[in-house]
Amino acid sequence: MSIVNVGRPTRPDSVLAESHASLTGGRGLLQDEPLLFELGGWDKTGVDLDAPAEDAADLGDLVRAGPIGLAGLSEPEAVRHYVRLSQKNHAIDLALYPLGSCTMKHNPRLNEKLARLAGFADLHPLQPQSTTQGALELMDRLAHWLKTLTGMPAVALSPKAGAHGELCGLLAIKAAHEAAGHGARRRVLVPTSAHGTNPATAAFVGYSVTEIAQTPDGRVDIADLAAKLAPDVAAIMVTNPNTCGLFERDIIEIARLTHEAGAYFYCDGANFNAIVGRVRPGDLGVDAMHINLHKTFSTPHGGGGPGAGPVVLSAALAPFAPAPWVVHGEAGLHLVEEAIEEAGQAFGRMCAFHGQMGMFVRAYAYMRSHGADGLRQVAEDAVLNANYIKARLSDVMSPAFPDGPCMHEALFDDTWLEGTGVTTLDFAKAMIDEGFHPMTMYFPLVVHGAMLIEPTETESKRELDRFCEALRALAAAAKAGDAERFKGAPYLAPMRRLDETLAARKPKLTWRPEPDAPSAAA
Amino acid sequence: MRYLPLTPDDRAEMLGVIGSATVDDLFQDVPAAARAKDLFDLPLHAGELEVERELSALANRNRAAGAGPFFCGAGAYRHHVPATVDHIIQRSEFLTSYTPYQPEIAQGTLQVLFEFQTQVAALTGLEVANASMYDGSTACAEAVMMSQRVTRREKAILSGGLHPHYAATTQTIAHAEGMQIVRQAAAVDAEAAVIAAIDAETACVVVQTPNVFGVVTDVTKIAEAAHAAGALLIVVTTEAVAYGLLKSPGEMGADIAVAEGQSIGNALNYGGPYVGLFACREKLVRQMPGRLCGETVDAEGRRGYVLTLSTREQHIRREKATSNICTNSGLCALAFTIHLSLLGEVGLRQLAALNHSRARELRTALAAVPGVEILTPRFFNELAVRVPGDAAALVEAVLADGVVAGVPYSRLDPHAGLDDVLLLAATETTTSDDIAALAAALARKIAPQGNAQ
Repeated sequence: MSIVNVGRPTRPDSVLAESHASLTGGRGLLQDEPLLFELGGWDKTGVDLDAPAEDAADLGDLVRAGPIGLAGLSEPEAVRHYVRLSQKNHAIDLALYPLGSCTMKHNPRLNEKLARLAGFADLHPLQPQSTTQGALELMDRLAHWLKTLTGMPAVALSPKAGAHGELCGLLAIKAAHEAAGHGARRRVLVPTSAHGTNPATAAFVGYSVTEIAQTPDGRVDIADLAAKLAPDVAAIMVTNPNTCGLFERDIIEIARLTHEAGAYFYCDGANFNAIVGRVRPGDLGVDAMHINLHKTFSTPHGGGGPGAGPVVLSAALAPFAPAPWVVHGEAGLHLVEEAIEEAGQAFGRMCAFHGQMGMFVRAYAYMRSHGADGLRQVAEDAVLNANYIKARLSDVMSPAFPDGPCMHEALFDDTWLEGTGVTTLDFAKAMIDEGFHPMTMYFPLVVHGAMLIEPTETESKRELDRFCEALRALAAAAKAGDAERFKGAPYLAPMRRLDETLAARKPKLTWRPEPDAPSAAA
Repeated sequence: MRYLPLTPDDRAEMLGVIGSATVDDLFQDVPAAARAKDLFDLPLHAGELEVERELSALANRNRAAGAGPFFCGAGAYRHHVPATVDHIIQRSEFLTSYTPYQPEIAQGTLQVLFEFQTQVAALTGLEVANASMYDGSTACAEAVMMSQRVTRREKAILSGGLHPHYAATTQTIAHAEGMQIVRQAAAVDAEAAVIAAIDAETACVVVQTPNVFGVVTDVTKIAEAAHAAGALLIVVTTEAVAYGLLKSPGEMGADIAVAEGQSIGNALNYGGPYVGLFACREKLVRQMPGRLCGETVDAEGRRGYVLTLSTREQHIRREKATSNICTNSGLCALAFTIHLSLLGEVGLRQLAALNHSRARELRTALAAVPGVEILTPRFFNELAVRVPGDAAALVEAVLADGVVAGVPYSRLDPHAGLDDVLLLAATETTTSDDIAALAAALARKIAPQGNAQ
């Protein structure tokens, strides 16, 4: 009994209708929110600007004649609109977000604060370099950390995301082959378990793709690799730890065979978080590897970017790195921006300006916070957490590779769902009703009905246990024949399952006014 | 360590459940030769205060754009961003969510992307837009490669008014994919030379307006010439605020419009992250790169949004995908959409008019500086001038007076023979005092004999 028990009841009545619908269609605090364009602000604005002193008469008919078709909101309306929308999202700040291969770890807020310092955020990429020495110093320190942690002699900072980094790495490899007169090398070997970006990138730079088989224990089939390493192979692209969450035991031999065949070893570094501080890819024979700063080094995913994908390069590939890069000059640090004269064999430019500086600041703040000791602990805890989940779920779900430890993620197949009428997708959607984001599903492609669970090192044991209990309860429900719980899931999310076929068949990609509705064009 | 929740007791207990004696056992698959026994040669962990101290010291060694008169543009622009924008993009649900693969619990991100696509389509005057690209330069490269898929031709003609970094990026990426890239010579009114280069092998023509020298061009005639030859017209814009005043690419016949969206909602950030805008004609949508968000319904018939047409993308099509792109620039797109919602039709038009007005004032002031020659005949908020001697040296000289005078063209392209060309931009953040300080500083440094000192 509460000691404050005066006046009104502090406990709700337990009487609740079986199915209680609101009168206005919403669900308590979770309301349907119209589109910006349906809120009617065709003549509204949320900014107060000075009136222009001079008109645009000098531009004559270069000026737009008709309306643009934009809607506006006052500041309070805009805040409410976007805050309401935000509440329909799941986020790592709300619960464990076990998307395998995506590495949803905690995003420290210190990093956000530092990236917003005027000396970083309010800095123009083309202002005189003498006025940006602190920024260049930060890039130089970040480069030093990345090179030290990977054991590689060079890094290209400018790629804007992991896939952009893959492109950078393959362009360096292509340039190296062409410089050596090996332009006839036209093929890239990629394991069947690879990320889709690997073959897409290889094709992008004009290479054809040959798949390498996988062994029953989830690794590259080294005999198949050796057989396919012909003189026309330019490179292999191998993810390590791989997408099954396993370390490639024969990685050093894979590198040796690759180099012996005159090809380069591109390593997809998406899973570097599993080994950071403990293993240097340079010691494994890697020639190029991108590092997703938004995975290993905690920069936020932001609902789909921006990412950042610096690429570390071996001595053989370093001369071909794209502009720009930082050098130590007589007058301090200097950014080499022109690929032709100063940079010798540089293959070109990946983007305008110098890369994702805002992400560099965040990633560097994260590295400095952890230090050499903390980063090693990051890898250890990430691997420990994944193995703990694997151990706690292996009796009710079927691990794809039961023998031996996994690295930073635990992979299950759907054998254990046989006969239940429940699919991997159904199971994942039911997790939403339990308050968790689904794991990565149906990837890697080599495992049937794959469920790839990556907890990361920033989960507490309590949250891991909560997650395991939820999955165990769901597994028990599936096996007990409660298929309805799964088939219709989610029931408790902001929306029920969405019709993706309809979306693709009749694509509706922008809002358009109803023929009779008022709009800017009216 | 503050980001790591496990305690030593937790770790011991968890190892017990796993059945391993030590954490090292979990790394048993790593070849012994590659297992680092010692810590790498880097500093140890640091507290929040210490890290903040180090990075603040670095930040303080930079001269922020807002610290005084500032006239750099050339692809990145200093605008005022309402406080609301940065507040909302830091909400956990937007900042710390992933790509919206599970639409039932990602409607916030998805509806924002749908609004973003609608805004971008409206600005560019085209029917469809994607959910954003890395930045304007990579969007430009992607547009050129898309033209190859549409026309099955290999040649791309890049106007000499295209930002040199955009041209270099396109050359690097699209050339690697097998295209022939023809870069025309840099010139203030370069667009005039484009039409003569179009032939039956041309996949696309890329023109920028306002171009890198600030010149605004009606590209309707170029569109007609391109279409007559079976080629596409790609229109590039590096200053998205210009859409509030100028004819849209769609109105002038563009098939694809790409732009740098940084100006709306996003800080300068020393060059990134930014947000690439990408729009095209509806009939070309299945050849588009990047993520697309589309409307649909859920199991109860309620309207909702999903990522769609993903059969174009790498995770489905692998080596047959339209692009290798996986990430977009989600959070920057969110910032763009919130800022543009606050502006609305009325606010964007006023902001654009204000920018143009500031640039007219800048032009008048520069024209009065002896030795400065205005090169840009028609401009939005940026113009090129010829100065006596080396523009880069002049910028350094004027810096002593606390003025950042703009971008020397040679910084973008040292081989163009335009070492005496300076690019200057004005925005709503530029005051009359700033302009007066610039004019005075330039007049002081440009000596009567015409050399920068």
